[in-house]
Amino acid sequence: MARYLRYLAPLAIFIVLAVFLYRGLSLDPKVVPSPLVGKPMPAFTLTRLKDPDASISDADLRGKVSILNVWATWCVSCRAEHEMLLVLAEKGKTGIYGLNYKDERAPAQQWLRQLGDPYVANAFDDTGRVGIDWGVYGAPETFIIDKHGIIRHKHIGPLTEESLNEEILPLLARLQAAP
Amino acid sequence: MIPELGNFALILALCMALVLSTLPMIGSLNNTPGWMALARPAAWGQFFFVALSFACLVQAFLTNDFSVHYVATHGNTRLPTIYKISAVWGAHEGSLLLWVLILSGWTVAVSRLSRNLPITVVSRVLAVMGLVAIGFISFLLFTSNPFERRFPVPLEGGDLNPLLQDFGLAVHPPMLYMGYVGMSVAFSFAIAALVGGKLDAAWARWSRPWTTVAWVFLTIGICLGSWWAYYELGWGGWWFWDPVENASFMPWLAGTALLHSLAVTEKRGAFKRWTVLLALLAFSLSLLGTFLVRSGVLTSVHAFASDPARGLFILIFLCLVIGGSLTLYAWRAPAVSSGGRFDLLSRETLLLCNNVLLVVITAFILLGTLAPLVYDALGWGKISVGFPWFTTMFVIFTPFLVLFMGMGPLARWKRQDPGDLARQLRLALILSVGTGILLALPLLHTGVSLPAGLAGALSVWLVTSLFQSLRQRLRNRRGLSGFLRDFRARGSGSYYGMLVAHFGVAVFIIGITFVTQFGVEKDVRLSPGQTLELAGREFRFDGVEATQGPNYRADRGTVHVYRDGAEVALLKPEKRTYLVQTKPMTEAGIDAGFTRDIYVSLGEALGGGDWSLRLYYKPFVRWIWLGGIIIAIGGLLAATDRRYRMKLPSRKPVAAGTPRKLATAKGS
Repeated sequence: MARYLRYLAPLAIFIVLAVFLYRGLSLDPKVVPSPLVGKPMPAFTLTRLKDPDASISDADLRGKVSILNVWATWCVSCRAEHEMLLVLAEKGKTGIYGLNYKDERAPAQQWLRQLGDPYVANAFDDTGRVGIDWGVYGAPETFIIDKHGIIRHKHIGPLTEESLNEEILPLLARLQAAP
Repeated sequence: MIPELGNFALILALCMALVLSTLPMIGSLNNTPGWMALARPAAWGQFFFVALSFACLVQAFLTNDFSVHYVATHGNTRLPTIYKISAVWGAHEGSLLLWVLILSGWTVAVSRLSRNLPITVVSRVLAVMGLVAIGFISFLLFTSNPFERRFPVPLEGGDLNPLLQDFGLAVHPPMLYMGYVGMSVAFSFAIAALVGGKLDAAWARWSRPWTTVAWVFLTIGICLGSWWAYYELGWGGWWFWDPVENASFMPWLAGTALLHSLAVTEKRGAFKRWTVLLALLAFSLSLLGTFLVRSGVLTSVHAFASDPARGLFILIFLCLVIGGSLTLYAWRAPAVSSGGRFDLLSRETLLLCNNVLLVVITAFILLGTLAPLVYDALGWGKISVGFPWFTTMFVIFTPFLVLFMGMGPLARWKRQDPGDLARQLRLALILSVGTGILLALPLLHTGVSLPAGLAGALSVWLVTSLFQSLRQRLRNRRGLSGFLRDFRARGSGSYYGMLVAHFGVAVFIIGITFVTQFGVEKDVRLSPGQTLELAGREFRFDGVEATQGPNYRADRGTVHVYRDGAEVALLKPEKRTYLVQTKPMTEAGIDAGFTRDIYVSLGEALGGGDWSLRLYYKPFVRWIWLGGIIIAIGGLLAATDRRYRMKLPSRKPVAAGTPRKLATAKGS
C-alpha cells in the first residue's frame, strides 16, 4: 500500500493547490482592508451641504449607530448606488450621513431633489481634506460607525442588494442590539 | 460577414478537435486501424479551421472593423500596420486564439514529423493534443469569443494598450506561447506512453527533440519579455518576480529538468517515472500560468482583463487535465520498471541532483507566487512576496546547481571513480577559487564584493570544466578537422548543444551578478545645460523638445554623455502620451555596449525647463540576454542533432504508396 501512496503524492499536492485556487477565485487581491476599521472615526467639522452657514461635525454621528456615505455628482457608480441608499434609509433604522466629496454645492443639491434624499444630513467636503483623513480613495465608499464612535465596517464601491442584505443590514442589527 | 466566418470556422475546429480526441484514441485501444488513421486528417482539419478563424480576426483588425467588439476595444485606425496585427494577441480573447493556433500548429507538426512512429503512438499523442484543444477552443467560444459583434458601431477603436505598441512585445507572446504550448507535445507523449504502459528509451528519444524545441522558444520568449521590460518600463529593471513572469519561468525550470531527465532515460533507461512526472509537470505549470494570468486571482503588473467566470472555466479544465493525468500516473507508474542501476557517484546521480534542485526551485517560486493567495484564503491577511525572498532563494540554490553542472559532463554513466573525477576537476577548482578571490577583493572595483567573487568563481568553474570535457572527448582526434568531424557526427548535437547552453549559463551568471553589484543609478533634477557626474562619466542635459509620432505626442530629451572630455553617447529618452489611451509611456534612452549600458529615462517636468531624470550605469547587463540567447542556441543545436532526422538503421526503406500502417508496423 505504501508503495502506491508514493505515486498518489503528486495528485494530492495538486488537489490541495486546486482548492486554494478555487478559494482564490472568490477573493479580490486588490481589496486592501482599511486600517481605520476598528479605530475611532477621524474628527471633522464641515459646512452642511444644504446650508453653508450651518456646520456638521463628527459629534453629530456619535452616541448612536450611524452610516457615513461618501458620494459625488461626478461619480457614475454613486448614481447607480443611490437607489440602494434609499432602501437602506428605510430598512436600516440607522441615520445615513453623507460626505459630499470634491463636489459643487448647486448640482449636489439638485441631485438630492431629483433622486430623493436618503441622508439625515450632508457634510460638504469640496477640497477633499476630510476624505484624506478618512482614507477615501474613490467614491462611493460607505462606513459604518458604532455607538462608541468606532468604525466597524468599510464598504468600497457601490452598495448592491447583495451586500446590503448579506453584510450591511445584519451588521447594523448587531450594532443596534449591542450596548 | 467575415467575423461570422471566423466564428463558424472556430466551431468547425472544435468539431475537428472532438473527432481528433476521441476516435483515434479509441481506435488505438481496440486496435482499429481505420479509426487511428483519422488522427492525421483530423489534426490537419483542426489546424486549417483555426488558421482560417485567426486570419478572419487579423482581417478584422486590418480593415478596422469596429463592429467586432474585440477590434473596437483594442484596434484603432491610426495604429501602424504591424501593431494592428500584433493587436490581435494584445488582449485576452485574441491571445487565446493565438494559443489555439499555435497548439494546432504543433499538432500538425507532430502529425507531419512522426512518420517513423508506430501509428498507435501517433494516434494517442494527437488525441491528447486534441483534448487540450477542445478545452481551449470551448473556452474561447463559450467565455471569450473574439468575434462578438457590437452595436452601435463606434467610429473609432479604443486602441491597443500603448505598452504593447512595441516590437519586443509584438513578438514576445507568440514566442512564449510556442514554448508553453510546445510543452503539450512532451505531455501528450507522456500520456500516450502511460496509456500504452510502455515507458522506454524509444519514448524518450521521440520526446526529446520536441521538448528541446519548445524549451528553446520558451527561453527566447522569456528573454524577450525581460529585454522589453528593461527598455520600455523606464526603471532599468529586467525582472520583477511578478506572478506572470513566474508563470513563464516555472515551466522553463521544469522543462530544463525534463530535458536532462529525458537524456538519462534515453541513454540509460533510468528515471522513467521521474521523467514522465516532469513531462506532466512542465505542461501543468504552463496551464497553471494561463490560469493565474487569466483569472485575476493574483495582482500583477500585467493588466489582463480578469473575470471569475473565465477563471472557473480554466480551473475546471485544469482539474480535468492535470488531475486526470496525475491520476493516470498514480495508476500506471507503479508498474513501470526501475531501469538501469547506477552507483552513488555517476553521471546519473549528478543529473538527478540538479533535477531535484530545479524542481525545488520551481516549488519555491510556486510557493512565493501563490503565498498571497494562500494567506488570503486562510484569512491570515494580505502579504506580498517580493524581490528579497526570491533573490535569497536563488542565491542559495544556484551555486549548488552550477557545482553539479561542472561535474556532470565529466562524470561517466553508471559509475565514476572519485579520484579520477577529482583529478579532472583540479584545474577548474584552482582557477575558479583564484578568480573568486580576485573578483571579491577591491582590486577592480571599490569595496569587497563577495557576490561578485562567487559569480566569477562559478562561471570559471563551469567554463573550465566544459573545456576539460571537450578535451577529453576529442583526445583521440587531431586538429580542427578532427573537431569538425566529431561536431558533425550523429549524436553530437546533444553534446555540443549542452556545451553551448552551459556556457550561456556562465555568461548569464556574470551578467546578473555584475549588474546588481556594480550598477549605479541616480534620480536627479536637471536644468538645461546642467551636467552631472556618474560612474566616471559626465552627463549633460540639453533640455526637452516636443515631437509628434504617428499616434502619440512625445517630449524628447537630449542627454550627451562624455568620458574624459570625449562624447561617448547621445541619448534621446522620450516620454510619450498616446492619443487614445492617454497613459504616459517612457522610452528610455539607452547606449548599449558589450560591457556596459548607459541608460537615461525621462521623469516629470518640474517647471522652468527643469526635468527629473533617472540615470543608470549598468555594467554587463547585456550578458543577461546574451546568456539567454546562447542557451537557446545550445538548445537548437541539440534539437537539430542528425540522429533525430535519420531513419533507424534497422528499418527497410518504404516504397512509395505503401500504406503507412504497414510501414510503421515494423518501427520499434
